[in-house]
Amino acid sequence: MIGKRDKQAIGQTLLAAFRGAGAVEIAPDILLPAESLLDLYGEDIRARAYVTADPIRGEMMLRPDFTVPVVQAHMENGAEPAKYCYLGEVFRKQDMGDIRPANPRDNEYLQAGFELFSRDPDADAELFALFHGLLAPYGVTAQMGDMGLLLDAVAGLPLTEDRAYALSHHIWRPGRFDRLLARFSTPTPMHKFDEPAAAWAGLRTPDEMTRRIARLQADAAVAPLPAIWTERLERLFNLHAPATQALPALHELADDMPAIAPAVVRIATRMQAIADRGIDLDGIIFDASHGRTTLEYYDGFTFSFVANHDGWPPVASGGRYDALTRVLGKGREIPAVGGIIRPGLIAELEADA
Amino acid sequence: MIRLGVPSKGRLMEQTFDWFAQRGVTLSRSGSDREYAGRVDGVEGVSLVLLSAGEIPRELAAGRIEMGVTGTDLVCEKLAGWKSDLVELAPMGFGHADLIIAVPECWRDCRDLDDFAAIARDFRAEHGFRLRIATKYHRLVRAWLAQHEVADYQLVDSQGATEGTVANLTAEAIADITSSGATLQANNLRILQAEPILRSQATLFANRAAQGAQMDAFLTQLGLTA
Repeated sequence: MIGKRDKQAIGQTLLAAFRGAGAVEIAPDILLPAESLLDLYGEDIRARAYVTADPIRGEMMLRPDFTVPVVQAHMENGAEPAKYCYLGEVFRKQDMGDIRPANPRDNEYLQAGFELFSRDPDADAELFALFHGLLAPYGVTAQMGDMGLLLDAVAGLPLTEDRAYALSHHIWRPGRFDRLLARFSTPTPMHKFDEPAAAWAGLRTPDEMTRRIARLQADAAVAPLPAIWTERLERLFNLHAPATQALPALHELADDMPAIAPAVVRIATRMQAIADRGIDLDGIIFDASHGRTTLEYYDGFTFSFVANHDGWPPVASGGRYDALTRVLGKGREIPAVGGIIRPGLIAELEADA
Repeated sequence: MIRLGVPSKGRLMEQTFDWFAQRGVTLSRSGSDREYAGRVDGVEGVSLVLLSAGEIPRELAAGRIEMGVTGTDLVCEKLAGWKSDLVELAPMGFGHADLIIAVPECWRDCRDLDDFAAIARDFRAEHGFRLRIATKYHRLVRAWLAQHEVADYQLVDSQGATEGTVANLTAEAIADITSSGATLQANNLRILQAEPILRSQATLFANRAAQGAQMDAFLTQLGLTA
């Protein structure tokens, strides 16, 4: 059992390294307003945040993650470009289901993080190389992906706007995504709707229902998506290979799916920039579906560093979240990328060694 | 001594008493109807504790009673990791109820969970907040919706009169226990076409740590040993 002080000490070492890389330390509140911010997280964190009530400030939550408050602080009064680092606890409920696991995950644990607000296209590689350098001694495996690649692939399908929107909305929910794709790929049977029997009830309006019914009826007339597109999409989503082998595969896919060509160029440039920093690309796994299981606010580059321990979350993770700065920026926006390391897991890896 | 927790009032209590009586064990309330003390005849070393059905899961897990009768819904909802603490001894064949999701009857375009997920997405875009589901079964509903990858909703707490929340505009849908569906119908609500989130019934549970020779003997007498 490793004490909090030891984990804190590792966190301080990481924080010093982040400061050395030019970041300014920032210390967001632990108690954050819940209502507006919780919505920005995916379901996973939203359901796991500790929410409480303050008589004056309303619904509050214990900080479930740093990125959102850091972005908020930056959008309110930060000058760009900016680099921030932080160290502190995050709090997440660990609901174990029916059986209590032998080693339950922590409800509160430290995160040491680095966030980079910059229009420099090299920012992804800068952040990744910083993390790679800090984590290399621990024998963890680096994985990367790109949500922009998947979103562009979906946007490039020959689908109606409604269908494309529905698909991209569910990109983080693979089961629902696959069912929708299957439905769009077969002729849609015409829906039959019962006549209204009951009086109207609830906040959803009759007009909303009428519009949805009209959309469903219009949708039934749409020609199914040719099977070739599902095959191409599957080939893309299943791409999981060392970065050096993934790149030619991506170029090949881009021949069939021109919509992803710009994203593939971006990925190639990023990989080159990472290699230019002396990192061996053969040691990095490119997993096209990587971002589908991470936080929903990532919309570009994503990465994680994984230890060879069953049941462990990633030792470090991060990604690009340009859209989040737009949501929190009240009219302003700036490209941003960031990531966190869990000092607690590093402490355990050190104890194992 | 085995302390047996039984719901302290209503049909659930009567049916529990009947169930034990059929197996040669007579449970009864001692004294007046207002007194929450009871007696046990026909078996040695068992005492009766009358409790609110909702408290029985917690008392079992805490080891303040060794055995108890309550709904599976309450155990699954209130005790995270319950299988680590409790043993399910016997479903008792009464107190049947399903935990379901119900939507306004007037939503003609909402039949199954796929419709519901699509409507939730539209609702969020239209109203600027997530569609509200009123329930007291937070853990069960959240886990089930997560498993079915429905995301654009929020749970609002409702500890009673849940069926009224839609008409009162404090929720768009509800998740609640129903046996006949009559209350839902009366409130112009319709059950979503899907397997229930949970099929619940009155069940005899034991605290895992309290198992032993004495409990085995009691279970044999009840005809429950395999």
